[in-house]
Amino acid sequence: MSTAPSSDLFLDVRAVHKRFGENVVLAGVDLAVPHGSVVTVLGKSGTGKSVFLKCLAGIVTPDSGEIRFAGRSLDADDAVCRAEFRRRCSYLFQNNALLDSITALENVALPLEQTTQIPNREIRERCLEALRQLDLEKHRDRYPSQLSGGMQKRLALARAIVTRPELVLFDEPTAGLDPLRRNAVFEMIVKYQRQFGFTAVLVTHDLPEALAASDQVALLDRGSMRFQGTPAAFNASNDPTVRAFRDSTDALKESIAALRRGENVNTENDL
Amino acid sequence: MSIRVLPAPPAWLASASFMLRFLGKHTLATAYELGDFALFTGRSFSAAVGSRKLGRRVVRAVYEQGVRCVPVILIVGLFTGLVLGLQGYYVLNKFGSAGLLGTLVSLTLVRELAPVLAALMIVGQAGSALAAELGIQRNSEQIDALETMGASVHAYLISPRLIAALLVFPIQTAFFTLIGLLGGFLSGSVVLALQPGVYWSAVYRAVQPQDVRECLIKAVVFGLLTVAICAYNGFNAHRRKSSTGARAVSASTTRAVVFSSIIVLAADYAITSLLV
Repeated sequence: MSTAPSSDLFLDVRAVHKRFGENVVLAGVDLAVPHGSVVTVLGKSGTGKSVFLKCLAGIVTPDSGEIRFAGRSLDADDAVCRAEFRRRCSYLFQNNALLDSITALENVALPLEQTTQIPNREIRERCLEALRQLDLEKHRDRYPSQLSGGMQKRLALARAIVTRPELVLFDEPTAGLDPLRRNAVFEMIVKYQRQFGFTAVLVTHDLPEALAASDQVALLDRGSMRFQGTPAAFNASNDPTVRAFRDSTDALKESIAALRRGENVNTENDL
Repeated sequence: MSIRVLPAPPAWLASASFMLRFLGKHTLATAYELGDFALFTGRSFSAAVGSRKLGRRVVRAVYEQGVRCVPVILIVGLFTGLVLGLQGYYVLNKFGSAGLLGTLVSLTLVRELAPVLAALMIVGQAGSALAAELGIQRNSEQIDALETMGASVHAYLISPRLIAALLVFPIQTAFFTLIGLLGGFLSGSVVLALQPGVYWSAVYRAVQPQDVRECLIKAVVFGLLTVAICAYNGFNAHRRKSSTGARAVSASTTRAVVFSSIIVLAADYAITSLLV
């Protein structure tokens, strides 16, 4: 597994374990995230990608393991350290998690109003600027339910970047979107990552887009990280799990062709 | 080597053991929940200190608990007064004491019915809405979003509702009392034969400052308890083991309303015992 040297790491995850009752979700997950990079965690549905991201964000507490952020260990019991992490990190939820009883502008202003002492006028200017950058300025007085799915995604991104975070965690940012919107979301992430210079960790199972948009990709399978490296290294890897994930489209074509020929194809193990 | 099979314990011992385990488990769970509820309420009040735009959120909560509940308070208050006037007149008239109708209606309303019924009406309308709203916010990760951005969830979501309850419940109770007195007057003096002056002078003579004080104390305590219970249940909808998703929200809302209603009656008895 190729990783960056630890001194350059902005986020360094080591041997994170998490279980829910008898169900072991994460069985010693490692991840190295260099400063200013886009790292995408790939994996099949149900492999614990979102749980892993929630462990990073502090929404779920890992059973064991260590998460180092900017060289400091993130202890779940250390409130000051956690608060510092939250100040420098944003989280984009899979379903956007916008507050539905307040307007788009109020949603974007929320993190600044509730966590900083910035004057109200400056907050408003920064929020309008964020909305303008994401082409949402004219929808600022609408409620989230009055916006389309793509607009809600952009609004969630505006809320995530308005605090000028150093790290943004994206949980399945393209879930449920059509291919065109999926491309647009990935383009948006890369564009704003370059513009604002934050470090990004994405969780997705959209392979082609992830390979195009990421500096590094990692593959989570059965509770542990099976691969981490550049997209080129991922494409060249001979690891059976990586190959199975990477070649899933070709495998699908073969399976469909075999089924059309009337042959038996066992796919139950992949579900 | 021979294996000695121990005899099965007698049925009464097995039952007693089961009962002890059952009682112990539920006692511990109740103690934990009471402690957690106390911390939740305390944290919600302390988080209000220094919270930005708290006033705006309090105004919104006052609107939800206050303005939107006024119609139901007025309707229930009016009919309560009407029924009290009707029943009271016929009973008192049998003893030749119909002139005491104002005393009966006013003391019944001020001391007991107004704070209790007003609280139950607000729980039914605003408390259930609060529990459901927080449950849905929990389910849709809106509360997680607030936590990840480093905002105080208690200051943002709970504190304004508790502060609003301290203001709204006494005012709603006063509305209930006034409209109830009017209902008693309509029954006794407009529908039946009691002189208006007799009714209102009895009201004026009967109600003492300590009755009003008791009434307001009850309203404040009921408001605090019921809004805290509704908020606690909605906020912790995800913790329910028996149900998930929409069912957890529905179960939490039901639990919030039922518990709040029981607590109102229990607290009413406790406060009356202390103040009488």
